[in-house]
Amino acid sequence: MLFTSYEFLGFLAVLLLLYYLVPKRFQWQLLLAASYLFYFLTGPSNLIYILAATVTTYLAGWQIARIGERQSAYLKEHKAELDKEAKKAYKAGMKHKQWLCLLLCLLFNIGVLAVVKYTNFVIGNVNAVFQAVGSGSRLDFLDIALPMGISFFTFQAMGYLIDVYRGVVPAERNPFKLALFVSFFPQLVQGPISRFGDLAVSLFEQHRFDGRTVSFGLQRVLWGFFKKLVIADRMLVGVNAIVRNPESYSGAYVFLGMLFYALELYADFTGGIDITIGVAETLGIRVTENFIRPYFSKSIKEYWRRWHITMGTWFTDYIFYPISVCKPMLKFSRFSRAHFGEQIGKRMPVYLSSFAVWFATGIWHGASWNFIVWGLANWVVIMVSQEFEPLYERFHNRFAVRGKMSFRLFQVVRTVLLMSALRTFDCYRDVPLTFRMFGSIFTEFNWHVLWDGSLLGLGLSLTDFAILLCGVLVLIAVSLWQRSGSVREKLAAKPYPLRFAVWYGLFLVTLLMGAYGVGYDASQFIYNQF
Amino acid sequence: MEELLEILRDLHPEVDFETCENLIDAGILDSFDIVSVIAEIGERFDVTISAEKIVPENFNSAKALYHLIQELEDED
Repeated sequence: MLFTSYEFLGFLAVLLLLYYLVPKRFQWQLLLAASYLFYFLTGPSNLIYILAATVTTYLAGWQIARIGERQSAYLKEHKAELDKEAKKAYKAGMKHKQWLCLLLCLLFNIGVLAVVKYTNFVIGNVNAVFQAVGSGSRLDFLDIALPMGISFFTFQAMGYLIDVYRGVVPAERNPFKLALFVSFFPQLVQGPISRFGDLAVSLFEQHRFDGRTVSFGLQRVLWGFFKKLVIADRMLVGVNAIVRNPESYSGAYVFLGMLFYALELYADFTGGIDITIGVAETLGIRVTENFIRPYFSKSIKEYWRRWHITMGTWFTDYIFYPISVCKPMLKFSRFSRAHFGEQIGKRMPVYLSSFAVWFATGIWHGASWNFIVWGLANWVVIMVSQEFEPLYERFHNRFAVRGKMSFRLFQVVRTVLLMSALRTFDCYRDVPLTFRMFGSIFTEFNWHVLWDGSLLGLGLSLTDFAILLCGVLVLIAVSLWQRSGSVREKLAAKPYPLRFAVWYGLFLVTLLMGAYGVGYDASQFIYNQF
Repeated sequence: MEELLEILRDLHPEVDFETCENLIDAGILDSFDIVSVIAEIGERFDVTISAEKIVPENFNSAKALYHLIQELEDED
């Protein structure tokens, strides 16, 4: 069921009605039923995956908690007879048991994800090797469909389990509550990847109907629909025309396509997250924000702190830190300091750990080389800018540009261009083709196509371009206004006629100018496939 | 404490680590800095800060970080 479908709107309307009509103590049970129904409608067999993730995570969490309780009871009982060393050894033994539970569950769930997501990628590569060495052998591809949202709910469940292991959150004793946390339907489409500690309270507490909260939620949903239907899906037509016809569209078209795709992805992903957060808000549930105006970032590093925040923090907390500070890595740090000098040596663990993170980020986005290269390209850019930091510092001090509006603008434009350029790997989904097409920007001087009417051959009319331009201006204006606080709060303080005009206007624009009908693909969200 | 301050100042000479209490929340220390600090602490104090100890409460100020080091030293 697409968010942008009448079925979903009907589903949401019925759910909202029931949610505020049933006795409040049954609200979370209703949400669980609705979430499973929502997921069932994406494909009945998908339920097996989400059930397996939930059951294994619940059992592992419960077991980790039981070991913790046994440890506390034992230490309490034998307080007098155990010395410091004995206590330490006992705790280490119990921690090891907890670690085994965690490891088994992680292996199972990441294993399932790996099998459904990466088996055909591996088979494809093995076949390519067979072909390269002149062997006639071929492996058959598996007929396996990627269950919707599996990357998101697996990461969310694993995050919960690691937090239980670390003692950050207590294990959830009620399996149905954990099932709701894993399957909460607005997040199944494309995240965000919530933490149990952030979501659980508002997910399970009772909610009274509050007109303002529901209306704020619906406003955010509408804003998401505007971004998705008016901007992203319209832009999709232009992007597809360019990237699906690389022989016809090169040079300036590639540059334009790269900017189009950056805009499409932004409107699509942030629009989808607006719908997710808005839907949750109508139910009184607070979902973690996933973006903080990422295209206003002044560096790639900053951009990644503001784009898909929940994925970034997941990778940082559960992959980057554990690898960076594990004993072998610290040993390696000492080794590299001794052999490569103090300055380079102490950076080595960071280089290696962030390489692992960016490799994982790349492959998380999709089972193909273009995503891996895209992830590693991000790693290279971040590492290079990290190394050049002292040079930038000297430049900033020498020319006193820091804080100047023009320089900030330059930094923002640079970030947008750099991120858009890296995303071309995502557009063409073929590494050699991406390099060839990107290279054509600098070798084919066909910039005249930008103003001689050629762009009208991309499937977008002049009206479409006008709508997109206005849409972009609205996005920028709203983002600028948002810097000083919630736009909805500010609008709510305005006189009623103005509020009415804004929201009704947005509704009409979305209804009348949304990309529907022949020639348009009422598409699923881009991040849904990840 | 002085030794810890030295490690931190080495990373960000412009920051007053004796008074600053929002090193993480204000984005002064990023994940790369944290890893460098942990490696350096491991060298100089001979304690291991595991990933689960990397939470803002432990890294928001030099004082909190020093407290964590003392705790880990006591455990050893």
